[in-house]
Amino acid sequence: MIMNKYTLYGGTLAFGIFAPILFPAYVSQITVLWLMVVFALTWDIMGGQMGYNSLGNILFFGVGMYVCAIVQVGLHYDVAEYTAFSGAVQVHFTTSQYFSGLILGTIAAAFVSSLVAVVFGWIVFGLRGPYFAIGTLGVAIAAGELMGAWDYVGGGGGMSLPGFPGESDGSAFFYVIMFTLAVATFLFLRWLYASRFSLAINAIRDDEEKAEGMGIQTNRYKTVAWSISAFFLGISGAIFGNMTGFIEPLEVAFPTVTFGIFMVLMALLGGKGTLWGPVIGAILFHIIKEITWTYLLGWQWVALGALIVVNVVFFQQGIVGWVQEKWPEKFGIEVDEQLGIEEDSQTETAK
Amino acid sequence: MSNQIEVSGVSKSYGGVVANHNVSMAVPEGGITALIGPNGSGKTTLFNSIVGYHPIDSGSIKFEGQEISDLRVQQIARLGLLRTFQQTRIYGKMNCVQNMLISVPHRNASFADMFKKYPPEITERAEHLLEFVGLYSKRKLISGNLSFGQQKLLEFAMALMNEPKVLLLDEPTAGINPTLINGLIDRLKLANTEFGITLFVIEHNMRVVMNLADNIYCLAHGEMLAHGTPNEIQNDQSVIDAYLGAH
Repeated sequence: MIMNKYTLYGGTLAFGIFAPILFPAYVSQITVLWLMVVFALTWDIMGGQMGYNSLGNILFFGVGMYVCAIVQVGLHYDVAEYTAFSGAVQVHFTTSQYFSGLILGTIAAAFVSSLVAVVFGWIVFGLRGPYFAIGTLGVAIAAGELMGAWDYVGGGGGMSLPGFPGESDGSAFFYVIMFTLAVATFLFLRWLYASRFSLAINAIRDDEEKAEGMGIQTNRYKTVAWSISAFFLGISGAIFGNMTGFIEPLEVAFPTVTFGIFMVLMALLGGKGTLWGPVIGAILFHIIKEITWTYLLGWQWVALGALIVVNVVFFQQGIVGWVQEKWPEKFGIEVDEQLGIEEDSQTETAK
Repeated sequence: MSNQIEVSGVSKSYGGVVANHNVSMAVPEGGITALIGPNGSGKTTLFNSIVGYHPIDSGSIKFEGQEISDLRVQQIARLGLLRTFQQTRIYGKMNCVQNMLISVPHRNASFADMFKKYPPEITERAEHLLEFVGLYSKRKLISGNLSFGQQKLLEFAMALMNEPKVLLLDEPTAGINPTLINGLIDRLKLANTEFGITLFVIEHNMRVVMNLADNIYCLAHGEMLAHGTPNEIQNDQSVIDAYLGAH
């Protein structure tokens, strides 16, 4: 297992570092791959580890994107005036203006998204099971529509972001940032899942009423879990917005039916409730998606649907979950085949 | 002996069904108190009222002199008043030691405590308690795979891990095979004497009740029918009538 673990870490890191050099034509696709990893990892905090299947996590992605955009533009111009041009007028940002705006905007995106998670959680944490899923989905869809009606940020027409300074389009820069974010999210969660936090949210997943009965501050854990998820999603939104260069509410910032659902699928595919599951699920999903979009165009959604059906019907526990079930001893899980037999013998002696 | 829990005049109805009517009782500190009564007599409802699972319609419930009837489940649990469930409840996808670790008292847990690791002495204590209930050899197993009886023992160990002042046990011996019952009675008594935990037990098994409790309350049709020592209850005609269905 230790061998496997280092292969996994080394392999992923090596891929992350060398892939853009080896396949320069695919840099933006691989950047999106790391975004997918962030999506799956952050979704799994709630959906996998805590058992709260949120369909509205995309909200924090969009909020982060818009907050960053507003800060970037607002630092140097009047946002309303800027968006009124609808991108028709090129506004020039100097290199230092660009990077200071990007850094401050990303920080603001992270914290505002977390704050939104706290407030939003306060409203929807009363819902359980499927009601929570539908409630969060509703909020995410509503957020997209509301944003589309808000003229200050350009409404449904969206707004263009400051262009990357210099000659390049910044794809290498955004690749590095997105890859770093994915690694940071992973390492943070690895640390988090080694603390009592993971046991507490697992306990909430297994039996929330029991957890309450044992005195665990369930609301505190739920709120913090969601804000952590929102924190990283906010950053990813900020980066992705800048990478795209143009943001609008429905397709880019709050794409509920694409990115919003992909997060769930990737975590399920890889194995929810595990650390590596979402990472593996995201990589596999993204590769399958890119291949079908390239070679099965027109049928890509059908192929994706088939994948979902196979996943849900045959591999409910996901890839990592399946492997864990097959070879539990490699994951430090002990299984007692004697269990049933021993119980019988106790009954025997009782007679 | 002072009273640790004082229930006075508690009533609770579900729609038109009166589950508890004007129930008053007291659990003395350091003792083992039992609550008996035929099926549907309102025992579990009274338990749920005490630990805050639902608001009561009227009356008062005091824990160590403090009114707790308007507190929430978690707050009451953190005061040191803990209950186990009739349908055993454990964290089924976690192993036994993890179940124990997450059951540490959350009384003074600060915000930063959420991200700490467990010090080795807590793991040691968890393993020691698993040894105490006889589950040490199963400590690394996923708890959901244990037998029902073993899950009950685990739930009991988890309750001890929480260091409660009073432990409310809802039918601790239901579904456990007869040999394990004797062991469980011994452990309950030990928890009472060694760990100093006041016990308040709902139990149907009369042999267990008479063996264990020093103080018995009997509920029937949602009202308190009788109160006394095991001997008094055994010879109380109204209790016998309630169980045999006379009116």
